[in-house]
Amino acid sequence: MTETQTAPAESAAEKQNIVRTRGVRKVYKMGKLELEALKGVDMEIQRGEYISIMGPSGSGKSTLFNMIGALDKPTEGKVYIDEVDVAQLDAYELAWLRCRKIGYIFQTFNLIPVMTALENVTLPMIFAGMSTDESIDKGVELLKTVGLGTRVQHKPLELSGGQQQRVAVARALANDPAIVLADEPTGNLDRKTGREIIELLRQLNEEKQVTIISATHDLKMLDVSDRILWVQDGRIAKNQRREELDLDLGQIGAGEE
Amino acid sequence: MSVYAASATGKQISLPFSKALEISFRSLKIRFWRSLITIGGIFFGIAFLMSILTSSALNQALLEGGSAQVRALLEQKGADEEAQTQQIWLVTLSLLVCVVGITNAMLMSVTERYREIGTMKCLGALDKFIVELFLLESAFQGLVGSLGGVILGCLFMTASMMSSYGSEPLSVFPMVDIFQYGLYSLGAGLVLSVIGAIYPAYRAAKMDPADAMRTEV
Repeated sequence: MTETQTAPAESAAEKQNIVRTRGVRKVYKMGKLELEALKGVDMEIQRGEYISIMGPSGSGKSTLFNMIGALDKPTEGKVYIDEVDVAQLDAYELAWLRCRKIGYIFQTFNLIPVMTALENVTLPMIFAGMSTDESIDKGVELLKTVGLGTRVQHKPLELSGGQQQRVAVARALANDPAIVLADEPTGNLDRKTGREIIELLRQLNEEKQVTIISATHDLKMLDVSDRILWVQDGRIAKNQRREELDLDLGQIGAGEE
Repeated sequence: MSVYAASATGKQISLPFSKALEISFRSLKIRFWRSLITIGGIFFGIAFLMSILTSSALNQALLEGGSAQVRALLEQKGADEEAQTQQIWLVTLSLLVCVVGITNAMLMSVTERYREIGTMKCLGALDKFIVELFLLESAFQGLVGSLGGVILGCLFMTASMMSSYGSEPLSVFPMVDIFQYGLYSLGAGLVLSVIGAIYPAYRAAKMDPADAMRTEV
């Protein structure tokens, strides 16, 4: 394995990599059928970046998202978060990582339906061992940050889609993660609400230096991303900085709309 | 790199048992009506089992210590031998109803929460904490349901016997036997609810969060 020798030199030379994958493959077995969702993905994401993973549905971007977030195991290859090989972590370390280092936002919000907005936001803090009083103070503060200061005691079903996603954003920030992973965060929202969520994420990225990694096929995301990874057919087809993108943005927009 | 790596990852703390107790109680409370249905399933299963056991114990006691009149009535209803085999058949049947009913109720109540389990894992819940949570919830539901079922089953059957044989069932009431049967039924309800819940909870807790959240039931 030549990677293991070159990897440290590589990471030292560049800006700090917060996420790095090497030869990640994922094969889903469906009965006798084997579906190769990822066919060897190599990529780096640096601390503080706002990354969009773009691609049509079925391209493997959600699978890649799950790999980066340590929510699923690759069939082959390695995922490093903060230069730690995720596969080497035991159950306690993995839970710690998911609890404190990564915040997750999902297309379907995934709030716990029977809990109030505040209870949803404080749950990760309770898992992190924070006292109840402290977590309530912080939870209210976070809900204010996302603009839901007056809806603290509402249950998810009493909130609109955009509001639910805001609760999810607040929950993702509960333990001050270094990375926020968002899987199609605007997928179930209308244009305007979607834009608000994107703005919110951008704001968090700038103010708190949180690394945002977002899987999406929402072109509105392009404006705010530092870099776009285009996934196609289980591979990274293109890796573009925003500056490069500006040049041919009109062309893409024309093609998609 | 290794220095950074070593400081980068900590170990998730295990929450104290009291915290699990608190969360599971709150979860039962906020899901009050749903848990009431689950408890209802256990309740009626155990009530059926207990009523059959009570009737068997009371019949036995009346045959041994009842007045001649009542014994004649009992014998008229069916020979002892035949009644005995019928009783065994009924007890077996009610046990089966219990096993299937309770396991089904618990399986449903856990599997409909797979997504929630996946989400909780994303938020940093340890596998064993999730299992602990569901164990506590199911044990509590099992306990309440079975206790209610034992009381209802016993009262119902005693009342029904009294309507046939007057106050005599009370005078020969086999306290020890009935108490023992009550304990058996309570144990059966508790064990079945915990088993019915633990298996799916354990499976869900072991899954990768991505799989648990994808699972549609």
